[in-house]
Amino acid sequence: MAFEFELPNPNTINPVTNLGEADLVRRSASSVPPPARQLTPVAKLIDVSKCIGCKACQAACLEWNDKRAEIGINVGVYENPPDLTPEMFTLMRFTEWVNPETQDLEWLIRKDGCMHCEDPGCLKACPAPGAIVQYSNGIVDFDHDKCIGCGYCVKGCPFNIPRISPVDHKAYKCTLCSDRVAVGQGPACAKACPTHAITFGTKDEMKAHAETRIKDLKSRGFNNAGLYDPPGVKGTHVMYVLQHADKPEIYAGLPKDPHISPLVEIWKGAAKYVGMAAMGAFAAIGFLHYIVEGPNKVTPSDEESAKRLTGSGRS
Amino acid sequence: MTAYDVEPGDSVHPGDPVQVDRYTGGARINHWITATCLVLLALSGLALFHPWLFFLTGLFGGGQNTRTFHPWIGVVLFFSFFGLFVRFWRANLWKREDGTWLAQLHDVLTGHEERLPEVGKYNAGQKAVFWLMSILILVLITSGFAIWDQYFAAFTTIEQKRIAVLVHAAAAVTIICVWIVHVYAAIWIRGTIGAMTRGQVTGGWAWRHHRKWLKELISGKTLMP
Repeated sequence: MAFEFELPNPNTINPVTNLGEADLVRRSASSVPPPARQLTPVAKLIDVSKCIGCKACQAACLEWNDKRAEIGINVGVYENPPDLTPEMFTLMRFTEWVNPETQDLEWLIRKDGCMHCEDPGCLKACPAPGAIVQYSNGIVDFDHDKCIGCGYCVKGCPFNIPRISPVDHKAYKCTLCSDRVAVGQGPACAKACPTHAITFGTKDEMKAHAETRIKDLKSRGFNNAGLYDPPGVKGTHVMYVLQHADKPEIYAGLPKDPHISPLVEIWKGAAKYVGMAAMGAFAAIGFLHYIVEGPNKVTPSDEESAKRLTGSGRS
Repeated sequence: MTAYDVEPGDSVHPGDPVQVDRYTGGARINHWITATCLVLLALSGLALFHPWLFFLTGLFGGGQNTRTFHPWIGVVLFFSFFGLFVRFWRANLWKREDGTWLAQLHDVLTGHEERLPEVGKYNAGQKAVFWLMSILILVLITSGFAIWDQYFAAFTTIEQKRIAVLVHAAAAVTIICVWIVHVYAAIWIRGTIGAMTRGQVTGGWAWRHHRKWLKELISGKTLMP
């Protein structure tokens, strides 16, 4: 039986492409006109309970994005490389967790990467117009031609995802294979996943699919199984099915209630306007003072006084 | 006799008008290197502060170059300002008349200097600018290193970087406001700019604005050892 969310092979004859400028709903440090059409929101669903940790998704990601990760060294953990890098947009994170209720050792394997937040902190923090964009289907993408490498996206991201390349000084992260999705395909990682732990479709389909998975997990004793679609960032377009959704932090530090840091909100909100107003006010007060008071000029009598003081005599 | 606010090179030349040496060539060069850096830092920093001003990156050859140059200019400014600090800190020590002067700010702004106490080489406003610049530059270089990710990314956590970037922005806005006061005062008080271009002011200018300093110079007080 074919799997419900088997990704189709590409249509190579006259493919229809979307995800152009007209499909943008947000653009960093600039605004976009409201798009004429709304694409159906998409989502990648990662079912942690079905993941076997084979890293096929990592290999597929490197392959599709034409990245060659540096050959690393064994640092004593299963993660390879040990962290996300500018080349490695997705990473299996392995956690050995002893369930205090059952005393079972559970091997929790979470595929880390960009969550494609509905309210993206990276985009909010970015100072370069158009370097980070969000499409109406929910994909958050970096435009490397416009990226200036400042690392503000790193500070904006609630999930610690973007990495700055030391080679070209630009920020990199998972694109949700926007170039594949644009022509009707799914992400490379989902295509490669041998257990269908990674599925891709519309956000509604993925939520419905998650429901069936959660029901199954609950029937097998995982009473706290649930969907990770955090409301603090208005939901994400990469979601997890977690066996222990009440404790997301056990999955290699997945944040329980992620949201854009209040520091970033102030920096990119009030500070911008208060700062511009303060500088403008100082300049305006100076100008008005000059209009009202005029220049403060040295008078001939001041010069006379100075001469008297120095004994230069009178003129 | 010594005075805290008489600096090396300060001297009076009797004549018509009386000329007073206020800044040495070294001090002037030091000042203008600092000033150039500060203006370049403000332009490149503001470009990344508000999207309205991103076009300023064009002055530096694009966004990548702006991001690259800004911190280096900051390092140059830090050392250049340090030179100014060493030259000027003693003459900027807070004195009793400074409190009186500041309390009568209304008379200052309305040009009634005859009602104010006689002040030394620097008045309370200039001293405030000096100390605010000193403190803010320290804050800016410290917070700047915390967000200079090209070389120092590993030394701070992301949360520390978030604090640093907000502190950096707030300090930068403040120092730009202080700079506006500094530049406006130099324009408003006529005869001031010559002090930093040719190094001299007229005796009348010194009499009007820094009478205590002028009197100290004439009575032959020298730099405190």
